[in-house]
Amino acid sequence: MNLLEVRNLKTYFSTTKGMLKAVDDVSFRLESGQALGLVGESGCGKTTSALSIARLLPKEGRIEGGEIFLDGHDVLLDSESELRKRRWRDVSIIFQGAMNALNPVLTVGEQIAEAIVLHERLSKEEALKKSQELLDLVEIPRERYKRYPHEFSGGMKQRAMIAMALACDPKLIIGDEPTTALDVMIQAQILNLLERLRRERSMGMILITHDLSILGETCDHIAVMYAGKIVETGTVTDIFEHARHPYTDRLIRCFPNIHGKKAIPEGIEGYPPNLLDPPAGCRFHPRCEYAFDRCRVEEPVTRHVGGEHTVACHLVEETR
Amino acid sequence: MNQQKDAIVSVEDLRVHFEVRQGFFSAFSKKEPPVVRAVDGVTLSVGRGEILSLVGESGSGKTTVGKAILQLVPPTTGTVSFDGAPVPQDRQGLHAFRQCAQMIFQDPYQSLNPRHYISDIVAEPLDVAGIDLSADVRDARVREALEQAGLTPADDYLYRYPYELSGGQRQRVVIAGALILKPKFIVADEPVSMLDASIRTGILKLMLRLRDEQDIAYLFITHDLSLAWLISDRIAIMYLGKIMEIGAAEEIIKRGLHPYTQALMAVMPVPGQVREGGRTVLEGETPNAAIRIEGCKFSGRCPRAFDRCRKEEPELVEVAPGHSVACFLV
Repeated sequence: MNLLEVRNLKTYFSTTKGMLKAVDDVSFRLESGQALGLVGESGCGKTTSALSIARLLPKEGRIEGGEIFLDGHDVLLDSESELRKRRWRDVSIIFQGAMNALNPVLTVGEQIAEAIVLHERLSKEEALKKSQELLDLVEIPRERYKRYPHEFSGGMKQRAMIAMALACDPKLIIGDEPTTALDVMIQAQILNLLERLRRERSMGMILITHDLSILGETCDHIAVMYAGKIVETGTVTDIFEHARHPYTDRLIRCFPNIHGKKAIPEGIEGYPPNLLDPPAGCRFHPRCEYAFDRCRVEEPVTRHVGGEHTVACHLVEETR
Repeated sequence: MNQQKDAIVSVEDLRVHFEVRQGFFSAFSKKEPPVVRAVDGVTLSVGRGEILSLVGESGSGKTTVGKAILQLVPPTTGTVSFDGAPVPQDRQGLHAFRQCAQMIFQDPYQSLNPRHYISDIVAEPLDVAGIDLSADVRDARVREALEQAGLTPADDYLYRYPYELSGGQRQRVVIAGALILKPKFIVADEPVSMLDASIRTGILKLMLRLRDEQDIAYLFITHDLSLAWLISDRIAIMYLGKIMEIGAAEEIIKRGLHPYTQALMAVMPVPGQVREGGRTVLEGETPNAAIRIEGCKFSGRCPRAFDRCRKEEPELVEVAPGHSVACFLV
C-alpha cells in the first residue's frame, strides 16, 4: 500500500504582487520503506511540497487544490488540533540549517524530550531517558544529552536534529537539504546514517535536495521538479541512465564526474522563471535547446514511458 | 616549473595560533592557556595566473590561510611574500598591497549591503583604496567591472538592490567588486558552495576566463574535491592546519597517495550512477585544534596508522616532481 499519495497538489502564496503558484498540480507517491528524492533548483517548489504534506505552510501559503493521503488518511481534512497530534508521529521534517534550528538556551536532551512529552504520555524523566537512547541511535555519546547546542559541531547538531525527528517513531521522515551546509565527509556520514535508520525502522523517506549527485546512493525513486511542476519521475536508474526530459538531462550534466574526463560542466543557461508570471506552454521552454513551436503554447501532459517512469515533455511520445 | 621565480604569492612556514580567551580566575592558574593551532606550518606558493586549490574539511584551517595571506588575520610566525617581496606591515604598504590582492567570500546573500545600490557596492573598493576619480571615469570603471563579471548590459544592474538579484547574479556582483581594483591575486573562499549546481559552472567559467584574460592568480578554497579538480592547476589537501599532500590537480585526483586524500576521493558522489552497497566513510570528525596531537595529525582517524605515526610527525616529502606527501607510508 502507498504510504503517501499526493494528487494534483496546488499550493499558492498570496503576495502583494499577485498569486505565486509555488506548487502547481504536482502528483507523486511513496511506498512504506521507500526513499524518494525530490530534486530541482532553488525556488522550484520542493520545500513547499514538503511543508504542504506536514501542513506547516506559512500564513501566506494556501493549499488551493489536490489531495494528500498519508497512510490512508486525508491530511487536508485535519483540524489544527488533529494535525498537532499527527505531526512527529506520522511525519517529521529535518530542516535545512541544523545550526539554526536548535534552541541555544536549552540542552540538546531537553529539546528532544520536549518533543516526546508533547506527543507521548511520558514523564519528563522518562522522556530524558528516551532522548539518550535516541542519541545512541544517531551515534552521539549519550552522556552529551546535558550539553548545549553550541558545544556540538555542525555534523553533531544535524545528528541531534535527526534524533529529534525520530522521537515519536514517524512513518515518514522528510529531509529538507539535510546535508547542504556540511562538508563532504560529514555529508557522507549523515547520508549513511539516514539510510541505516530508514532500513532498520522501515520508514518512508523524502530527501529534498538540489544536489542530484547524492541521490544515487540513498534513494529508490527520484522526482525532478522545475518551476512548480514535476517534469520527470522514475526509479534512480530511469532518471540517471534513461533521462528523457531535457531538464533532467541538463541537470545531471551540471555535476562533474571526478572519475571521468576533466571538463567544466555545461550548466544551464538562464535562470528559472518568476512564478508570479510563469511562461506559457512548457515552463522550461525558454531555457530548453530542443524547444519548438508547440512547447511555447501547449503545456505538455505527463506520460508514462514504461514502468514507473513518467515524463512531461512534447518530445516524448507515449510508448504504451 | 620554477615556482619560486615567478610566484605571485609565496608563504613560508605560516602559523596562525589563536589563544583561547579564559575566564578571570584562570589568570591565577599556572596552566598555560589553550591555543588553537588553526594553521600550523604551511608553506606554499601560487604562480602568476595559477589557480591553487586548498581542499579540506571544516576546521582544517583553509580559510585562515587565505585570510593570513591577505593580512586579515595576523600570522603568528612565518612570512608572506607578494610579487617577490615580503608584504609590508606599515599602513601605506598594506594599503597598496590590498589593491593587488582581493577576496571573494562564500555567501553572496550576506556579503552585500542590502541598502546599497549595486553601483555603490561595486565602487566601494575605490573609495576604500582612496582612488579619487572623476564621476565619468568612476562610472566607466564600475560598468567595466560589471561587464567583466558577466553582468551585461551593466545599465540593467547599476541601480538595483541586491534583493532583486538571484544568488548567481549576486556572486557576480561580489566578483565585480573584487575586479574593480584590477587585482593580480584573489582568494576565493568557497565562492560557489551556496549556489545551485546549474549556476555554479557559470561562475567557474567566469573565474577561468578572468585568469586567461587578466592573468589573475587564485587561491581557491573549497571542501569539494571535484570543484578543485575542475578549476585548478594544483591542489593542496589540508588537515588540521597542515598540508598533507600537494601536487598537480590531475595527479592528486588520479594518483593521490595520502590516506586522507584517498578518503576524500572515496566519498565523492558519482553523478548519474547508482552505487550499490555502502561506501567507506571516515569515522568521527576533525579533532579540536586546541588539543595538541602527537605525531601525524591525521593518525587518530587514519585507517592505516601504525606506531610511528602516533609518535613522529611526517614531513612533506617530494615523491615526484611537484608532488609532495606528508605520510610515512609513502
